[in-house]
Amino acid sequence: MRTKLLRAAALGAIGAAAMLAAGAGEALAQNEQFLPRLVYRTGPYAPNGVPFANGYADYLNMLNERDGGINGVRLVQEECETGYATDRGVECYDRLKGKGPTGAGVVDPLSTGITFALTEKAPGDKIPLITMGYGRSESQDGSVFGWNFPLLGTYWAAADIIMNYVAQKEGGYGKLKGKKVSLVYHDSPYGKEPIPLLEELAKRHGFAFSALPVTHPGVEQKATWLQIRQNRPDYVLLWGWGVMNSTAIKEAAAVNYPRNKMIGVWWSGAEPDVTPGGDGSKGYMAAALHAIGDQFGVHRDIYKLVYDKNRGAGKREEVGQVLYNRGLVNGFLASEAIRKAQSRFGNKPMTGEQVRWGLENLDITAARIKESGFEGLVYPLKISCQDHMGSARARIQQWDGSKWSFVSDWIEADRKLIDPMVVAAAKKYAEEKKITPRDCSKES
Amino acid sequence: MLYREAGQFKTSYGDDQAIFPIRQDRIGVAIILLAAYLAIPLTASPYLFTSILIPFLIYALAAIGLNLLTGYCGQVSLGTGGFMAVGAYAAYNFAIRMPELNLLVVFLLAGGCAALVGVVFGIPSLRIKGFYLAVATLAAQFFMDWMFSRIKWFTNYTPSGSVNAPPLSLFGFAIDTPAERYYLILAIVTVMALAAKNLVRGRVGRSWMAIRDMDIAAEIIGIRPLRAKLSAFAVSSFYAGIAGALWAFLHLGSWEPLAFDINRSFTLLFMVIIGGLGSILGCFFGAAFILIVPLALNQIPTALGIPISTAMISHLEFMIFGALIVFFLIVEPHGLARLWALGKEKLRLWPFPH
Repeated sequence: MRTKLLRAAALGAIGAAAMLAAGAGEALAQNEQFLPRLVYRTGPYAPNGVPFANGYADYLNMLNERDGGINGVRLVQEECETGYATDRGVECYDRLKGKGPTGAGVVDPLSTGITFALTEKAPGDKIPLITMGYGRSESQDGSVFGWNFPLLGTYWAAADIIMNYVAQKEGGYGKLKGKKVSLVYHDSPYGKEPIPLLEELAKRHGFAFSALPVTHPGVEQKATWLQIRQNRPDYVLLWGWGVMNSTAIKEAAAVNYPRNKMIGVWWSGAEPDVTPGGDGSKGYMAAALHAIGDQFGVHRDIYKLVYDKNRGAGKREEVGQVLYNRGLVNGFLASEAIRKAQSRFGNKPMTGEQVRWGLENLDITAARIKESGFEGLVYPLKISCQDHMGSARARIQQWDGSKWSFVSDWIEADRKLIDPMVVAAAKKYAEEKKITPRDCSKES
Repeated sequence: MLYREAGQFKTSYGDDQAIFPIRQDRIGVAIILLAAYLAIPLTASPYLFTSILIPFLIYALAAIGLNLLTGYCGQVSLGTGGFMAVGAYAAYNFAIRMPELNLLVVFLLAGGCAALVGVVFGIPSLRIKGFYLAVATLAAQFFMDWMFSRIKWFTNYTPSGSVNAPPLSLFGFAIDTPAERYYLILAIVTVMALAAKNLVRGRVGRSWMAIRDMDIAAEIIGIRPLRAKLSAFAVSSFYAGIAGALWAFLHLGSWEPLAFDINRSFTLLFMVIIGGLGSILGCFFGAAFILIVPLALNQIPTALGIPISTAMISHLEFMIFGALIVFFLIVEPHGLARLWALGKEKLRLWPFPH
């Protein structure tokens, strides 16, 4: 009898607790902004995927701790492992897009292949894609690609910035005539993106351009570097990701190609890319979208509010690495877009469509950057209906064997060169897909 | 008790040779078809359509293609991904360059192109066998990978080598929503699975099986290896080509050669082996197993609210999935289809086994 009573009491308590919990969850869920997180923490690209994912997660957690989210709306994130595979990425997107009270606010595909696939789906689902520093180059044209936001730079911008730096070093574009430039690229849409722009530059300035593909995942590059040894290009541009970068630098050392003539894109310039090469990586250069290190205001908050409470997504000593900071910047831009959207639609969870409005009207001024603790980390940017890239600036950094240091100031991509190419490519896409471009002059 | 054929008399050859000679099987198939055509579309969520049902059906179709070649004709192939790529890019080029073509015609032409390519790469099978043939078909896989990423014409000179399916419509109806795409795929898969089932029961299928079981004996009884092997390659590649076109147009929407890389070929071969070599039903089992089990494993921890890291979930998924493959291959080397057949045998005797 007693046991029965006890059991009944226990059951009742559990039931009540469950109901309470459910009720509380319900109330909370009404005021939560859901953000799906497509990450890769396993597979050949994990060394680069992990710090990025950690930076993003830590920034959102810090906002929750410091400000209770964005204007009182807590940020809820759920990770889904893509392994950098397009089909799994699309599955993750479909799995997470409907969660939370308003569905996914914004998605960062974090892979050019997944971006291409989601570009077809996002307009139907009305979810904006932030592809910061990657994705389709022509998606800069917001009148055709209404839902893609390649903030801070595309691969065409990256290629142009790097060639601008090369020209600076040589003493002007006029001196490039007759020089040889090779591109060692990841044989996927990611690696192929810069080729049309580099071909165009080669035509204009009279340097010889050759493109050398490396098959996924990029651990086998002997043949490529043999070609480079025979051909001896004046500069080698590296468009690799994951283990391909460190392999390329090691192979360059093996064939004795000068590392200080190698310049990587901003995805080929992180710590996991250069440390495996040891001393052989010295002198290697790469473009940098943002600053490195943990000396910024935002890092102080993250240490204090996240890591001191043992809530960090990664290891404390990895805070401030190149790709960690990229995750931070990405989280910052996404949260600013939500903030902007809230300024118009009210302080509640935003739908994808509302976040898109926020993105299209995003104006991150130097003052706002300073206020958020990102001063010196990123360059200000302003997005419009037509221009979904905002700013296209990067610095060049060089590895000295133990750390990255900048060897140039901010270099801006030549928009007069890129924009007509973007418009032409976007027009072709619109024709193939039978899309009528929006008239941006009529958008509010 | 329920599953017993006692009392069902076959009074004609037609009855005896029917695809489903047992009445309960016919009822079962009818229920499955009704569910697939009516119940599922009414109840399924978009996630179920786009991430489970659509890829499952297309995988099953490609697996049927590979099973015709490997399971029925005994020619091991690692080139299925390549043949799917031929179908996908052929369909893309037909659709872009001849926009007035009906979508079904585009798919048929894509299958036809894949069949032609399959025949060409099937020629070595006349001289080489077994593992050596697998290596030769691997060449097809790598050649296709190379061709579609290097020859710009196939991708209509897109800068990144990634192409998009044009807007799809059939007889004036736009095919847009997941449910519409599911219906189109389901119809194609139903027709082609039925065709495959009949093909393997007929003269052609029997000649393939004769070649598989002993090619010299088959030659002596009057089967021409050239015709049998090449027809197996052609039909198999036709199926793979159509599956590739469906995968590209209706599942991905935008793709690059990486979508049809060597891993796709391996996945399909695993489906056929785990599902059951020489069984059309096995293709569906294999496709379901390889596609759905990893996705389910990946979602179980989150669904149950167990707090483990994303990386750990992914590692667990690989480990458990690998262990399951080994387990099933040990329990039943002939695949899930054989397990199903054994189950049916047991059901016939239940509840009074001798």
